Amino acid sequence: MVKDLSVDLCGVRLKNPVVPASGTFGFGLELAGDMDLNVLGGISLKGTTREARYGNPTPRIAECEGGMINSVGLQNPGIDVLVGEKVPALRKVYDGCVIANISGFSLDEYKECCAKADACEGIDILEVNVSCPNVHNGGMAFGTSAASAAEVTAAVKAVCRKPVFLKLSPNVADIVSIARACEDAGADGLTLVNTFLGMRIDIVRRKPVIANKMGGFSGRAIFPIALRMVYQVAHACRIPVMGCGGVATARDVVEMMMAGAAAVQVGAENIRNPFACPEIVAELPALMDELGINTLQEIIETV
Amino acid sequence: MRKSLYTISENSLIASKTFKMVLEGEGFEEGEFVDIGIPGYFLRRPLSVCDWEEGRLTLVYKVVGEGTKVLSEMPVGGELEVLTGLGKGFDPEACRERALLVGGGLGVPPLLLLAKRLKAQGKQVTAVLGFNKADEIILAGEFRGICDEVLISTVDGSVGVKGFVTAAIAAEKPSYDFFYTCGPMVMMKVVCNALEGPGEASLEERMGCGAGFCYGCSIETKNGPRRVCKDGPVFKKEDLIW
Repeated sequence: MVKDLSVDLCGVRLKNPVVPASGTFGFGLELAGDMDLNVLGGISLKGTTREARYGNPTPRIAECEGGMINSVGLQNPGIDVLVGEKVPALRKVYDGCVIANISGFSLDEYKECCAKADACEGIDILEVNVSCPNVHNGGMAFGTSAASAAEVTAAVKAVCRKPVFLKLSPNVADIVSIARACEDAGADGLTLVNTFLGMRIDIVRRKPVIANKMGGFSGRAIFPIALRMVYQVAHACRIPVMGCGGVATARDVVEMMMAGAAAVQVGAENIRNPFACPEIVAELPALMDELGINTLQEIIETV
Repeated sequence: MRKSLYTISENSLIASKTFKMVLEGEGFEEGEFVDIGIPGYFLRRPLSVCDWEEGRLTLVYKVVGEGTKVLSEMPVGGELEVLTGLGKGFDPEACRERALLVGGGLGVPPLLLLAKRLKAQGKQVTAVLGFNKADEIILAGEFRGICDEVLISTVDGSVGVKGFVTAAIAAEKPSYDFFYTCGPMVMMKVVCNALEGPGEASLEERMGCGAGFCYGCSIETKNGPRRVCKDGPVFKKEDLIW
């Protein structure tokens, strides 16, 4: 029997639930020559700010057991290049769901960038990043309290017509209260989780491995924690959740969906295996067959 | 970029903590470096391509941490998953007639393939290879078999000119119209500042994806931010900010 892998995200149809997570797949274009991007349900583009940013000093990457730490620090060419060059170029080779990931250092910056992304024809969904652990006074500062997360949500929703997802940080005491605050402020969906703030020390040099000392830990090791947070939030909110964190296989995708994810983002696994997403998409039909699933949409939040 | 399985046909100690690994398999894409998956480790390890011929890839690496230690203990016949076709390499066309290759330590291996290409184009090639001491010298015989002139320097003076590569260059004053360098960053900085005329340097940086999409290895250049893994690792001397 033909398997139906498609899922619905706020009225946007994805041909399958597999979406490379922001920051782990560039602007898609970087990999267009290496694979058929059109097998991907969606692509969450690299986090973008109002002005171009170089990001943090190197080293920005540290190896860990079961994952890695990154401290790229939102290197990006700025919102005008995103909507004027990157998205139009991606649209020439990609017909799936394009998700713009927006970061900011002030409410005004979030609003201005989201309004521009909202007006860009090639973008289907906005993902507002209130959870970047690698920049000061921005990103995560907005996502660690329910009040400020709600404030960003309301400000952005006031200037956008497209679906707005808030990307949440796991570095909080109660992710459910923040998720609920975003929902109450008008968010159309939620992406969770971003990376866990982590650190490594080079014991020979007696210095942090990462130039910026700390960074975001992600990879297979965080999967159970991310899954638990997706489960809690999906069961507490009515809006769809994109599940993210440690997803590396088709089995992980199914598990995330059963926990409540309407779509599933793959992050750090892309860094170690650039072909992770197309491989997962290719594995899904056989796994569905094994589990007696005909349409993926029907397994969402069944546990 | 391509992902393929390769079989280890050689993995032998050739100098202090330094191993030569020969991998055999299909589906190699040409590139300046390959990214090797090491069992039990999350990130791949980028290693420069020392030599390549159809179905046969030669790498020279040093044990610097746990990942490379595991690599050094892998048996002949074992399999490794390798990403090939990575990085922008040296441009042999940039040299008109006489090339100067300046390598230091583990920066020496990628210059071997470059030397072969330059010689195939009929160019004169001088290689200056620097090491800390005699037991760290690698590939000197291979370079002598290819290059017109090979100069060795060692920091302790046990072989060749005593001192750094710049000491050997100052002593022999080889003529060149273009230089190529690969080695420790501090060495390349000195070489790029000391040598007149145009040249290229192959940089080293801690990498994430190795293929240009994670932006983990970006550096500032005179042309703006550039990814070492994709826009480099080889950059023109005049573009670099040391």
